[in-house]
Amino acid sequence: MTIQLTAALISFVGVAGLICVFLFVLSGSGQEAPYPDVQPRAYRIRKRLFYVLLIGFFLVPAFTLRSTPYAASADAPDSTIVDVTAHQWYWTMSQAEVPADRPVVFRVGSEDVNHGFGIYNETNRLIAQVQAMPGYINQLAVQFDTPGTYKIMCLEYCGFVHHVMVSEIRVVAATASLEEI
Amino acid sequence: MMVFGFLMRLGQAGLIEISPSWFYQFMTMHGVGMVGIAGMGGAAILYHFLSQYVDLSKKVFIVNLVLFLIGAVLLLGPSLFAGYAGAWTFLYPLPQHPQGQWSATAATVHLTGLALVGVGFLLFHLDNARAIIARYGSLGRALGWPQLFGKSAEEPPPATVVAATMVLIVNILGLVSGASIIIMSIVGILNPAFVIDPLLAKNMIFMFGHIFINASIYMGVIAVYELLPLYAGRPWKPNRVFLAAWNVSALFVIIVYPHHMLMDFAQPTWLHVVGQIVSYGSGFPILVVTAFGALTLVHRSGIKWTAASGFLLLSMFGWSAGVIPAVVDGTIAANRVMHNTLWVPGHFHFYLVLGLLSMFLGFALHYAAGKDSAADRVAFWTYAVGGLGFTCAFLAAGASSVPRRFAVHLPEWQGLAAVGAFFSGVVLLTTLVLVARIAMRARNSA
Repeated sequence: MTIQLTAALISFVGVAGLICVFLFVLSGSGQEAPYPDVQPRAYRIRKRLFYVLLIGFFLVPAFTLRSTPYAASADAPDSTIVDVTAHQWYWTMSQAEVPADRPVVFRVGSEDVNHGFGIYNETNRLIAQVQAMPGYINQLAVQFDTPGTYKIMCLEYCGFVHHVMVSEIRVVAATASLEEI
Repeated sequence: MMVFGFLMRLGQAGLIEISPSWFYQFMTMHGVGMVGIAGMGGAAILYHFLSQYVDLSKKVFIVNLVLFLIGAVLLLGPSLFAGYAGAWTFLYPLPQHPQGQWSATAATVHLTGLALVGVGFLLFHLDNARAIIARYGSLGRALGWPQLFGKSAEEPPPATVVAATMVLIVNILGLVSGASIIIMSIVGILNPAFVIDPLLAKNMIFMFGHIFINASIYMGVIAVYELLPLYAGRPWKPNRVFLAAWNVSALFVIIVYPHHMLMDFAQPTWLHVVGQIVSYGSGFPILVVTAFGALTLVHRSGIKWTAASGFLLLSMFGWSAGVIPAVVDGTIAANRVMHNTLWVPGHFHFYLVLGLLSMFLGFALHYAAGKDSAADRVAFWTYAVGGLGFTCAFLAAGASSVPRRFAVHLPEWQGLAAVGAFFSGVVLLTTLVLVARIAMRARNSA
């Protein structure tokens, strides 16, 4: 399951759950019960909700922060290095072909304004991104599992033809690429 | 401003032709206009209720309004007449790198307008601080510290005072950050030899932007604290949990902005981690207190629902629901493939269309007086469903990796844009009906 699908499932289920809670309260709001009876029970539920959120507050970061793209990008031995420079409104790359199944580190900078270096696979799904900023080099490590032609799109608004700032990078099977590169 | 948003969605769906330059000019006006309106609407609600507890200066509020209106002309004029399209984020150094689309004068006028609006809000919050300190002795007392940390048996300050105090603290910090980078950007435009560190500029812009828009919601929620109890016939009294939530959120709102920069790998990693962890914490305290408090208030209350009370409760749903995709996006592992996709406008339109605008509509309908008609009830439900469809279309597009701020969409992305455009039209039309109804009811009751 992709990250995007997981994110969508969590969000849509969560929103649907909230709709149910609000509709439940709405449906019972016409009846009357003394507030001193309602309040203590609600506070008990709120306390439990608070503890659940508190556990999530510690558990989710502990789980999701075990690996970050920053560490991977800073420490990727035996990787193919690609220097990328963003310009209004095109990309220049030190090479347009990289091997599959091996780490590739994109060293991304910008000559003018902020841009976003977004890598899309052949089904137009975003697989990784990093900001391209003047004066800084951001390192992005990616390991392509599947050979093919990947699109590079700009993901930070950079002016009036921002949306056509598209390039391509070819990912080839590792053995083939070694001979060619 | 809503019309600009509607046109943008129609253009992305391929249903109308908009040139890219006009698309980005609309985008700039829509962004800066909506944020400004959110701030001014929130300020109006805050002023209305806070003036019932402390002695606010009407003159300062009017100065804020006048600066806002002058600022609005300066903000929108360059986009309407001079091609300015630097986006509301004016990300340095884009305003000074237009590649011929706009002039240095257009960018300078736009940023000057932004500075004027900021100065107006700064004066407004300083006056709030003066009046609150005059009445309560210190900002700490107005935040309920004696009740929270001590054994004071005194009643805590009203919810409105607590919220207004929190807002003035965070927004003054945000506005100072914003004003500083705006002035530096103007100097950079007029003298390109003056160079700013782009990473520093980004930090300052996002600190300002994040705090300002969140403070607008925190101002708007005062309408819920003040009005929903009137409909439910039950009091909303601050207690220690309420005070703790607002105090914690004051800190979190100031330090959470790095979650906008999780893809700036040059930023120290510890700041990214802070961004993710504080994202989880920043919304929850108030939401658990406020949204849950609103539900408790109306549960089995025998409330007689009106469009006004309906919108106030709907705002609680919109605000709470927006937190879920926001927290998802604030997770570094997810942000890597969700950042700067349409997921982002998905989550913040939950906050703003279903949350903040619902607060404004509830507030306006309450004071418009008069009785609800069938049109009001239909408009309420249409708005709720339209708003939900509109925001979910953004989220679905974000989950499909559709980039945000793209004038032209790939053919396979246009279906979701068309769905978004349809619901955007529904929200726009319903809002027009509601505004007309509010005006009619206000006139009839005058």
